Amino acid sequence: MVFYHFGKYILMLKAVFRRPEKMSIYKNEVFREMVDIGLGSLGIISIISIFIGAVTTVQTAFQLTSDLIPKSIIGGITRDSTILELSPTICSLVLAGKVGSSIASQIGTMRVTEQIDALEIMGINAPGYLILPKLLGGVIMIPLLVIVAIALSITGGYLAGVASGAVTAAEFVQGLTTDFIPFTLVVAMVKALIFAFIITTVSAYQGFFTNGGAIEVGRSSTKAVVISCIAILISDYVIAQLLL
Amino acid sequence: MIEVKDIFKSFGDNEVLKGITADFKPGVTSLIIGSSGSGKTTLMKNMVGLHEPNSGKVMYDGRDFTQMNTQERIEIRKEIGMLFQGSALFDSMTVEKNIRFPLDMFTDQSRAEKLERVNFVLERVNLAGKNNLYPSELSGGMMKRVGIARAIAMRPKYLFCDEPNSGLDPKSSIMIDELLQEITEEYDITTVIVTHDMNSVMGIGEHILFLHQGEKWWEGSKDEITSTDNKELNEFVFATKLMETLLKKK
Repeated sequence: MVFYHFGKYILMLKAVFRRPEKMSIYKNEVFREMVDIGLGSLGIISIISIFIGAVTTVQTAFQLTSDLIPKSIIGGITRDSTILELSPTICSLVLAGKVGSSIASQIGTMRVTEQIDALEIMGINAPGYLILPKLLGGVIMIPLLVIVAIALSITGGYLAGVASGAVTAAEFVQGLTTDFIPFTLVVAMVKALIFAFIITTVSAYQGFFTNGGAIEVGRSSTKAVVISCIAILISDYVIAQLLL
Repeated sequence: MIEVKDIFKSFGDNEVLKGITADFKPGVTSLIIGSSGSGKTTLMKNMVGLHEPNSGKVMYDGRDFTQMNTQERIEIRKEIGMLFQGSALFDSMTVEKNIRFPLDMFTDQSRAEKLERVNFVLERVNLAGKNNLYPSELSGGMMKRVGIARAIAMRPKYLFCDEPNSGLDPKSSIMIDELLQEITEEYDITTVIVTHDMNSVMGIGEHILFLHQGEKWWEGSKDEITSTDNKELNEFVFATKLMETLLKKK
């Protein structure tokens, strides 16, 4: 069963990357999806990121009770855990819920109301027209959202650390700037790109092959979120193993 | 002309179409009728390529659609218009954008030329000036008419309609039937309509194909349908009180 769905998913991707009928229309759709996915998710990503950074700082400070460990290390731990794991992974899990369910239900509704059949009858490559703009919108905007998330997480960590008195501003900044490995940013971007691909294509697959009516659209949407989350966590581990 | 030759289609063990053969001529409104589950929608979906037949051929003016690759099918599909049961209008687009969509995709016409065509087909379906409404703002009958306008926007050679009267009141239903017949004759289109509405059958049934349990059970015209001694067809035709009453009066 897993191989059947995987094969169908690969065939769908093959159709997605077929040559577009008219580039200008696809271009407009990509911009629309970029706004939907990027600007539409900026609010929730910002709120989550600030609190992730704040909680990371406070909890790291709580665990560092020894006087032998300099307080500046709190800044370093917040920076690395934010860049390597928390921002790309948690943001992507949240986006799997927000963007993924939206993609699955949108395409699923089009399927059950015969709008996809209408596209195919017109001679339009339905997977390409419906999925490619979402895929491109996702792989462009989700890494940008992750960059914003990293910046806001570190800011949140700084504010929470200084406000709670767990670390001074100077110590936090010193921790941030000491022993920084730029490659961690590359890992974060690789993760963001792969997670974006998973969120958009897995959700689109679930929506595209919806059968039935409103209940099945809801089920597809739920399955899209669940499968995307599992796939994100598995690939998170694989990327970490391969790149670090 | 569309020729359907010995089409078989099954879903698992369920054999839905059992060797259907029929010709559909241009300028003639052909109706595929039959009770629910008789295979009429499946036949139409096989004809337009939404389903693949297990065996048999569908020929569009001598071109074998079933043997074509994706690109060749796309070329044929540019000549096809289809009205779906639920109209299948794109929710996110206005009436104008829905109709303009195939023109945007497949023609290099200027914006003014496309708008002229949109306005022409909207006028043709008696919806002039409704360009900026969204599908959610339209009644069932209006949605069907926008669906017809979108289907004829590209000047199709073949028009398929799946239950064009479903969910409509009798007056709107007659309006849609008359519109389809007028368009068929005016543009010499090969029109195939799937229906189980006897008003449509008696109104525009120039060529009727009656399916029963996946087989072609009867073929003829509206003038012949009430005088046939085909038991299953009679049961279908006279299932409504209205038809029974009309026949008694006759």
